[in-house]
Order: sequence, then structure tokens, then C-alpha cells
Amino acid sequence: MTEAAPSPQPQVERRVLSVLVDNAPGVLMRVVALFRRRGINIHSLAVSVTEDPGVSRITMTVECPAALAESVVKQVRRVVEVRRVRDVTDAPRTERELALVKVNAPGGVRSEILEAAQVFRARPVDLTEKTVTLEVTGSPEKIDAFLSLVARHGVREVARTGAVVLLRGSAAT
Amino acid sequence: MRTTLVETKKASRTLSGAQAVVRVLEEAGVEWVFGHPGGASLPLYDALYDAPTIRHVLCRHEQVAAHAATGYARASGRFGVCTATSGPGATNLVTGLADAMMDSAAVLAITGQVVRANIGTDAFQEADVTSITMPVTKHNALVMDPKDLVRTLREAIYLCRSGRPGPVLVDVPRDVLQTQIPEDLLDEPFEPRRRPVTKGHPARIAEAAEAISTSRRPILYVGGGAQGAAEPLARLARRCRIPVTVTLMGKGAFDETDPLCLGMLGMHGTAYANYAINAADLVVAVGARFDDRVTGRLRDFCPHARFVHIDIDPSEIGKNKPAHIPIVGDAREVLEALEPLVTPPDTEAWWKQIEEWRARYPLRWRPGPLLKPQQVIEAIYRATRGEAVVTTDVGQHQMWAAQYYLCRRPRTFISSGGLGAMGFGFPAAMGAQFARPDALVVAIVGDGGFQMTMQDLITAVEWKLPLKVYVINNASLGMVRQWQELFYNRRYSEVHLRNPDFARIAEAFGAVGIRVEREEQLEPALQHSLEVSDRPVVVDVIVDPEENCYPMIPSGQSVKEMILGD
Repeated sequence: MTEAAPSPQPQVERRVLSVLVDNAPGVLMRVVALFRRRGINIHSLAVSVTEDPGVSRITMTVECPAALAESVVKQVRRVVEVRRVRDVTDAPRTERELALVKVNAPGGVRSEILEAAQVFRARPVDLTEKTVTLEVTGSPEKIDAFLSLVARHGVREVARTGAVVLLRGSAAT
Repeated sequence: MRTTLVETKKASRTLSGAQAVVRVLEEAGVEWVFGHPGGASLPLYDALYDAPTIRHVLCRHEQVAAHAATGYARASGRFGVCTATSGPGATNLVTGLADAMMDSAAVLAITGQVVRANIGTDAFQEADVTSITMPVTKHNALVMDPKDLVRTLREAIYLCRSGRPGPVLVDVPRDVLQTQIPEDLLDEPFEPRRRPVTKGHPARIAEAAEAISTSRRPILYVGGGAQGAAEPLARLARRCRIPVTVTLMGKGAFDETDPLCLGMLGMHGTAYANYAINAADLVVAVGARFDDRVTGRLRDFCPHARFVHIDIDPSEIGKNKPAHIPIVGDAREVLEALEPLVTPPDTEAWWKQIEEWRARYPLRWRPGPLLKPQQVIEAIYRATRGEAVVTTDVGQHQMWAAQYYLCRRPRTFISSGGLGAMGFGFPAAMGAQFARPDALVVAIVGDGGFQMTMQDLITAVEWKLPLKVYVINNASLGMVRQWQELFYNRRYSEVHLRNPDFARIAEAFGAVGIRVEREEQLEPALQHSLEVSDRPVVVDVIVDPEENCYPMIPSGQSVKEMILGD
């Protein structure tokens, strides 16, 4: 079957999506399945209930061409339990992520790590003879920067929440 | 006081979940349910036993039940209902649901599920049906709380037929069907979570009207979404003399015998429809979704055109081709608003060009020593005076039926378009016959596809359905054979079928069976088939196994690569 030669791949970019859904079983799967179907990798995913206990917010970051994201967003809108979808990538927004970072911290370097942590306003939340666990909050870029800073000490484990986003000002996300 | 309260509570009436299901179906006007019972749906069948107005058609395979519900829905414009038990019953529905999803058929599926306590334990006949069917349904739901049952079913019925129709599945555990629930739940009013936008945006409609009025080479590209918009569509096309091309799903939305109609477009569409749309300066898509079988290579499709895209489903707009003028709304409402605003464009030169193509590249076939499949379809068309409700299976015969059986009215051509599910044609004809008992219903099927669902001939016999099954028998999986001939060096791999004697099989089921091997047998056999009114007829027509379906735009190519055939 003579298929057409593939056209040049459009630019892959990070898209940030905010989805309001009914707080009910299976809804996340419906939303996520639409991205899986197109082979889009979900880079981060944060889901929790909102100010209304009947409504949850899914914040996801995906990596794909903008047009593809738009096409999937329209399909997400068809899901019955989905109340609102916004691609907020290009909107003025507040974006935060929280990470727990467990770093090797033997006596000799511990103070150096804690000093670096201060610059990033990372808080130590657990301390052992060999490790320190730091809680750092900020934009995903800031967390990336912090991780690369402490990398040389040996990062044992990282748990990141994924980005959460609200639009700036009085606009509803 | 305390005692009174308890007594009041006792006095409030209850009914079982299964009885509630039946009540909801009754109030929605359901007359026919296509299904097959099993352990998990026993309570539902017990309730159906007492239902005076709902009749159940016992299909021998759940795929047939789903396709029959689809055929019923598409022939009638109402919604079709099918039901199956848990596990294997429900998994057998999947093909039918996927077909209904792709072709936007309003189907309600009710499946039994194992009792709630056993869900997730790999219980007997358990399958995670809502997960399995999620991508092939418009919506689905597992009812875990008996109090939600009525609302969930009403929402399912609303959803399957509102906006862009589609299949909705409700999975009900057996113990939910058995639980007593307060009858008051049936009195609660139902309000949908949201309603689709049906009225097009006036500014967009005005823009579209302007674009049509000033176009020189306009064309209407009509899909299945226009089946309910035939009148305003005909007014627009006729008053403004705009050529119309229909998709497989759009057949019947515009009268194909009207000279304004160029027939079907796409991979096996008429050459002139494909030439016309690709030369157009304005394509008005009505309820069509730019499927790859229509467009071929996307970037070469209609290179000179601007697109007006009318669709009720916003996610279709811009999905495959960017729309210059998108209009989200119901095709009928939009066209009714649009039509009066259009000034007829000057299409004289355009028509001259189109007529030239039409004269030069007509659909054609050459007679030979063996019956030609196209000749058979033409004979069926003549014998039925073009008045039949036609269903088809999938493959070469489907494309020939689309090319040679011209449809004049909406909802008279029912085929598995998007999914391309072999085995669809005959069950869909059953459903169509239940929907339209007085209509002449004809299933044009291939010998390959018919064997996928022909066990249900017994169901058609049981209900004395007078439908006709015309088997275009080329003793092969013809479309696959054609592709192997053209693109795989004639290496015919697993495409030749050793067939049973379909006429004798029909007779064994209690239907009428006729075998046609020569041209002179064809007309009398068709006439005979039309005279039978109390049972199905199977006419097995042996045709030239080497015949190919043309014109053909090979997959992923453009009109420039169209093969016209000899």
C-alpha cells in the first residue's frame, strides 16, 4: 500500500493544559487516553479537587506540536465529564511545582548543600547522617536548576508534583 | 410519630433496578431491543418478560445485536437499543459499538455486569467493559449505586441521540438490577449536564454566504451529518446551481439522480466528483469529516479551495484540513439560516467543465462471459426501482453499491463507513427492516463478510423479515485481492474463499435461497426475491472474481494518481 512520504515533523513544544472535570472515577482515564491515542507523552500531571468538591482540576504538561495539542484539546472537550479545558501555554499565568529532593549529604558537604538550598528557598524536611531531603517550590525551570546544582553531590531520589497553574488576575483558568 | 415515619417509608413504593430500566426504556418510546441474555442480565430479562410494549429480538451473536440496533437507528432517525450480558456478551458488542462510534449512530447499549462485590476479582464472565469500550463509545458508565441507575440511563439516552449521535453504554451489575429502589426516582426531572451548540454563529454564516455568492467553482461536500438536512441542502444546491458530491455516509442526503449530483467522491468515487472537488475554489463541507478515504494525501487535497466547514462536533473542525470559515452547529439549522443569504454565483463555466469531465470519465464496466458485479448492482437498482433501503457489507461490493445504487432519500443507504466492519450489512438490514417494516430492505453483501454474521438468518426467519440478501459472490476477499494484484505483485495471499452453498444454507435456515450463475438467471431471480413477503431471501450471485473496483485513488495519493481502470 503506497503511503505518502511523511511530511517534515512540526516543532514539538511544551504545552500547559488546565482541565476542569467532574470529581468522579474514570474521568482521568478518559482524558489521558485521548493523549495516549495520539502518542503524546504526558510530561507532568497533577490532579486534585478544587474549591468545589464536585470538581477536580487536572493540570498537565505535554510535549507535542501546538496544532496536535489543539486537536486533542477539542476531543477532550467532548468528554461528558469535562467542564472546561484551556491551553494556558501562552497566557499570563502563575505556575508552580513542588519537589522533594533527597541528596547525599555527609558531614563535609552538608552545610554547602544547605547554603545552596537557602538561595533557592528550599527547606530541609528530613535529615540523616548521610542524606538531607529538601522541599523546593517554584517554576519547573527553577526546580530543574536546583536539581542540576545539587547533582554533583548525588541525588538519591526525586519526587515532583508536576506543575499546577492558575491564570494571573481575575481571569478564570 | 416515630412509628408513622417508619410506616410512611414502608408505604413508599419501590421497584427493582431491572424494572426501572424497563420503565425508562418505555418512557423513551423504545419498541425494539436487540440482544442476547446471560447470567448477569437475567434480572433484566425477567423484567422484559412483563414489558407489554417492548419487544426483544433474540440475536444469535451480540455483534449482530449491536449492528441491528445501528441499522435500526440509521434507518429511522431514532435510537437503537442493544443488550448483552457481562464478559463475553459485552466484548462481542465491541465491533458494533466501534462502528456506531465511527459512523455516529445513536445506539444505547445496556450490559449486565457481575455483582458489585465481585467486580475486579476476575469473577466468572467478568470483563472491565467500561474500560474496554471507552474509546469506542461516546460515553459510558458503570452504575455502582442503584440510586444512580435511572439518571444514568436517561443521560445515556439523551447523549446517544443529541449533538453528534453515537453509542452510549451503561454497564449494570446484576445486584443493582435486583435491588429495590424508590419509584420516586422515576419522577425526578432529567437535566443534561450541557447541551450542544446547534445554531451556527450568525457572523460565520454571513461570511459563508458571501463566500458562496462570490465563488466561481463551488462544490458541496456532503457527509453523514447532513442526513437530517436534506431539504435546506436541496434548496441551496438547486437555487444556486452548486454541484454536490456525497460521501459514503452522505448518500441519500441529496438526490443522486439529480444532475447536480456528481455521486460519491474519494478513493472509489467518480472521477468527475474527484476532479471537481480538486478544482473547486470553494468547498462547503456539510457534516463531513475529511476522512482519509475521501481526501487521499491531505496536502494535495483541493489545493485551490477555501473551506467552509459545517459540523456539530467542534473537534472535527480543522482536524484534518484547516477550515477558513468554520461553522459549529446542526447542519439543518445552519443551512436553513445560510441558504436565504446566498446570491447564486455564476457557475456556468464551472458546469461546462464538470459536464466535460462527466461525459469523458463516466462510471463504466465492460460485459464479459461472467456476470459483472457492477451489472448485478445495476440490475438490483432497476428491479427495486431505486426505492430500497440498502445496507452493505464492506469491500468491493460496497463501493460498487455506492457507485451504482443511486439514493434519493435520506437514511436509505446504510453501510459501515468509518470502521469498515465486515459482517455489518446483513444485521444492519435486519435492524432497518424492524425500523421500517413496510419498506423494501436490501442487504448487498460480499461472500466474505456475509459469513461473519450469517448465522442470524435464523433470527430474520423467526421474525418473518422479508429482507433480501444479495451476495455478490466472487469467491474471494475481493478488495484485499485487488490490492494484492495492484500493489503486491499479484501474490494472492489468503484471499480465495472456498464457500458454502449460500442458497442451500438459506434454505436450511428456513429462508428462500436462490443461486445465480448466468446472466439470464439474474432478472428472474431478483423478481422472485421481490415477490417473497414472509421470509428473508438470499440470492447468491456468482460474479467475475477478477473484476476490480475503479476508479481508484491509491491510499495516501491524490487525484493526480487516480487509476481509471480499463
